Amino acid sequence: MKKEIGIFALLVGLCAVTGFENPRFFSHENLINTANLIGLFGIFSIGVGLVIITGGIDLSIGSMIALNGMLLVLALTEWHWAWPVAVAFALAVPMLLGLGHGVLITRFKMQPFIVTLCGLLLYRGIARFIANDTTKGFGGAEGFKTLQNLANGNFLGLPMPFVILIVISVVMWVVLHRSIYGRYLFAIGRNEEATRFSGINTRWVVAGAYVLAGLLTGVSGILFAFYTNSVTPSTQGNSYELNGIAAAVLGGCSLRGGEGSIVGILIGTALLLVLQNLVNLLGIPSSLNYAVMGAVVLLGVLADQMFQARSARKAARQPK
Amino acid sequence: MATPLLEMRGISKGFPGVIALDNVSLTIGRGEVVALCGENGAGKSTLMKILGGVHQPDAGEILIDGRPVKIHGVTDSMSHGIAFIHQELNVLGNLDVAANVFLGREPRNGFGLIDSKKIHADTAPFIQRLGLNISTRTRLDRLSIAQQQLVEIAKALSLNSKLIIMDEPTSSLTLTETNRLLELVCELSGQGVSIAYISHRLGEIDTCADRVVVLRDGKNAGELAHAEASHDRLVNLMVGREIKNFYVAPKGSKTPGYFKVRNASSSLHPGKKVSFDAARGEILGFAGLVGAGRSEMAKAISGLEDSPQQEIFLDGRLLAITRPRHAIDHGIYLAPENRRAEGLVVELTVRENVSLPSLEKFSRFGLINRRHERQIAAGQVAALKIKTPTTEARVLNLSGGNQQKVVLGKWLAMAPKVMILDEPTRGIDVGAKAEIYRLMRELADGGAVILMISSDMEEILNVSDRIAVMHEGEISGVLERADCREENVMQLAVGKTIPAAKPAFN
Repeated sequence: MKKEIGIFALLVGLCAVTGFENPRFFSHENLINTANLIGLFGIFSIGVGLVIITGGIDLSIGSMIALNGMLLVLALTEWHWAWPVAVAFALAVPMLLGLGHGVLITRFKMQPFIVTLCGLLLYRGIARFIANDTTKGFGGAEGFKTLQNLANGNFLGLPMPFVILIVISVVMWVVLHRSIYGRYLFAIGRNEEATRFSGINTRWVVAGAYVLAGLLTGVSGILFAFYTNSVTPSTQGNSYELNGIAAAVLGGCSLRGGEGSIVGILIGTALLLVLQNLVNLLGIPSSLNYAVMGAVVLLGVLADQMFQARSARKAARQPK
Repeated sequence: MATPLLEMRGISKGFPGVIALDNVSLTIGRGEVVALCGENGAGKSTLMKILGGVHQPDAGEILIDGRPVKIHGVTDSMSHGIAFIHQELNVLGNLDVAANVFLGREPRNGFGLIDSKKIHADTAPFIQRLGLNISTRTRLDRLSIAQQQLVEIAKALSLNSKLIIMDEPTSSLTLTETNRLLELVCELSGQGVSIAYISHRLGEIDTCADRVVVLRDGKNAGELAHAEASHDRLVNLMVGREIKNFYVAPKGSKTPGYFKVRNASSSLHPGKKVSFDAARGEILGFAGLVGAGRSEMAKAISGLEDSPQQEIFLDGRLLAITRPRHAIDHGIYLAPENRRAEGLVVELTVRENVSLPSLEKFSRFGLINRRHERQIAAGQVAALKIKTPTTEARVLNLSGGNQQKVVLGKWLAMAPKVMILDEPTRGIDVGAKAEIYRLMRELADGGAVILMISSDMEEILNVSDRIAVMHEGEISGVLERADCREENVMQLAVGKTIPAAKPAFN
């Protein structure tokens, strides 16, 4: 919990500084826009976080968002499927891809980095191929206005992606922190062997994390497609997997596995997006965007590491 | 008499809690093959590790060619012409033969790069001398274990070693490979290289050793020249310490044949099978030398090893066990040898560890009933007297004995029918040991089958109601309580047959 408090304090501090320097930060429009982005990025970051807790990694997120968005556009505008069918399809495909990752990793003992790196290349290529490498838009959204409103509208004055993120966070918080499945995820991340010796089918638990990551990426992918209102297969979702990993790590997930929390991932996501907002609002050249993100993640993890080492030393000094 | 190559005088070495070596002496002549024998934990490996620079002795002196030397580290040892071939080979599978032989002392060419031509040319004669028919450019992971071992010997020879230490060199070799290695040992000794050879296998010692030095409980127990080294005399030297008696007889009634295992096998000893019967209410001890295949048998029974022809009967019913979950569902639990790697998730709390295998029992719709979980954990903490501030403490912070109790707690919470304990008291202090013995006895009296694997002779003799002794992947005999004596166990452990031994099953 300490970790979350530390980074939450950092988030509050950043918001205060940005707001002080440029009051537009607290304008209704800017807050809504930031919340919308937090929703879009937060959903798949939770998926990445689950995979990281098992000790794995998922690099395929960005390409999956592109492929998924493209399939949705095609299903709605060219194949003229009913929108619930199209949505089910756009969720099933990334789940199946996630299952594929999980099986390759647990049955065939391939490294998660390699499996999902190949996914990154593969899905981007497929997305570009099926669209003839052209941008495809939703047009007037004839026949799926409801879906568009669901994805792009407001609820109680809040942007839908943010509302959906909150709902997903609550569900995933229960799954991760209160369910058997969540407990197994943490146990496997720490010591897969001992977990297996306790009679748990560790393969399915790990594969399940990749399926969940696929599902959450699918949800994000649909929302992103409506956010941009068209999908350019070569750029849609480009390098978002890195945002997800950065958010999870900043939020306290350890790449060694076995550590992390939903609240942490949410704060991590928010922090990254507030940083981008800060770069814009404070007139910092936007070319420095990535550099600022990199520096903050680096410093955040370094500070956490030093803090932990200090408390470990303190604990060692106290007699047991 | 010529000065011997090596003399170790009055070597003592203590580790926290144990005296591993107490005033041990060892002499090895030029070109002599000396076998070192003794039970598990007699101090053979420690003595050799002192010679190899891995450990420093607390007392005593080492003379090489009559001159006293200090061996502070592995490099010192190497510079005195000593090469150590460990049981787990120290080779780099991703490099070729020549690179392994010259690792750490690569000759350079004019550009400061590795002189590859020279290392291949210099390696070739050594591997030929050992009868290895391979290219010096072969990667080590392409070679068999036996061939890798020969590469290590080639390295030793290329370093001009005068003494080669081999720690159980044949433990993972086939019979033909073993014979080839023994021939080679004889050849090397003919060429003036001395060999110190740790082995449990008396047959091998008989083939190639000039002399056998026996250690017992960290002391010299005696030595035998080749001609005197019979099976019986060796075993007599290895055993013979005083053993305190703290055996507690079972109170409950026994049901013989309640648990039956047939044809359990493991990859460690392919082709070998283990079958035995165990009674409800008894503690059946499994003795044997390290590498006899006891842990592998336990894992096979628990569904953790591939054991295709295995049949397990509990109370007359044939159980299909191919996965750990199957064994657990039938009440067959394993407290594994390697507690921290296999028994516990040490970073999790006591509560989370205790509940890990049984979570499904106190949850609804996949959600954990935390109150129930805490009760179960608190119950085990109280019942087993686990010393922990709360059930929320990380297992990491508990002592070894209390960690072992957490392992037991997680299984006792699920009422074991068959509890397998692999080295249950390794690394645990005396007080906690006694408590664990008491718990095992209570469980047995309560109607469970206890299978206890132990390499501690005192423990195996005092805790078991019967002892099954394993030798190279098979049970060589079972001793009834009246015959549970150290010499009987040792005879069976080295593969001899004795009249007192009963068959393991009917």
